[in-house]
Amino acid sequence: MGILYENLLKVEWQQVVMWVIGGLLIYLAIKKDMEPALLLPMGFGAILVNLPMSGAITQVFESGTETGILSWLFDFGIATEVFPLLLFIGIGAMIDFEPLLTNPKLFLFGAAAQFGIFFTLGVAALLGFDIKDAASIAIIGAADGPTSIFVANILKSNYIGPIVVAAYSYMSLVPIVQPPVIRLLTTKKERLIRMPYGKVRITKLTKILFPIIVTIIAGIVSPRSVALVGLLMFGNLIRECGVLNSLSETAQKVLANLITLFLGLTVAASMTAEAFINWRTLMILALGLVAFVFDTVGGVLFAKLLNLFSKNKINPMIGAAGISAFPMSARVVHKMGLAEDKQNFLLMHAVGVNVSGQIASVIAGGLILSFYG
Amino acid sequence: MNFSAFVGTLPNILIGIVSIFVITLVIVLCIAALNKLTAPRKKDNDEEIK
Repeated sequence: MGILYENLLKVEWQQVVMWVIGGLLIYLAIKKDMEPALLLPMGFGAILVNLPMSGAITQVFESGTETGILSWLFDFGIATEVFPLLLFIGIGAMIDFEPLLTNPKLFLFGAAAQFGIFFTLGVAALLGFDIKDAASIAIIGAADGPTSIFVANILKSNYIGPIVVAAYSYMSLVPIVQPPVIRLLTTKKERLIRMPYGKVRITKLTKILFPIIVTIIAGIVSPRSVALVGLLMFGNLIRECGVLNSLSETAQKVLANLITLFLGLTVAASMTAEAFINWRTLMILALGLVAFVFDTVGGVLFAKLLNLFSKNKINPMIGAAGISAFPMSARVVHKMGLAEDKQNFLLMHAVGVNVSGQIASVIAGGLILSFYG
Repeated sequence: MNFSAFVGTLPNILIGIVSIFVITLVIVLCIAALNKLTAPRKKDNDEEIK
């Protein structure tokens, strides 16, 4: 009984706040279907690591150190970047780049929609964050969980927990965050622009050569990003080669699910009350929103800029799909197009831009690493 | 507010934005060339239709 009271008395209010945050993440995952594969394990993990003297994380006692399973998984899977990198094989195997290959120009929107990363870098530095932390926070704008984890970890950021929570939360909030920004930046006339579909036939050879070429280019220009781009493209190569169907399926389902399961729980190891409950966490959440908003601004304004010089007008809404949140962002743009005109099908254009954002965000991560890594 | 840190990031922000456009532009050109090189010849297309 004495031990029970002793442990009860060790509960601090900060830990209780973390239980509430964990509960909130679980609620959002189950009730609101927001990235449940990640938010649910993270929510549960947040509760798990914030119990007094939790055995799930490493504890130092007078008798010695006891290694917790989540701390061990963190050291093994995140500190070494193994988890985010392996997850990228699965993501690569899931992506069909055909809409992008049919209209390669769309790739430029993926680049434009990384503007939020660079904008947030400046704002975070202005707000007094250490430059490595500012760069890690900026990468929330990649709208890509594994890239955020990878970059924040290499830069040894002190805020990896809040950064990952912000990245995944805003990814699932794309349908709420993007539409008002898009509406603010576009006129009704622009939103009504219809874009014809080309008749380019993409050969299997192109689909096979594409991941190899992207890896070589990204590797030469931004060597720090080659592990991420390379494994993303490797996943895509096993999908497109046509002779590794069972491996491709395994990567898409078993590998991706397994890593996601561990990733969510493991990230929670960094969500201890002392690391999470401070005003900087709130600032990071706010900066994450800034990053997503300015990604959208970058993509939409770039499309409007191109329209000044182009004969075939582009619906500027598709620029917003250049953030890496796949496929939510493409779906948002498609739905907004349909809301304006029931015959305006922007889906494939938006998907093309969206998958380009997947690659561009990883390249942006590599650039950030080459500056501050 | 740390203005000197902000000013210090500006060159990297500029280089980053330009670099990402250059890299993607190179990839766009490669895809366009790839599409052209691997496009089925008109003769093959006609035969396929037949």
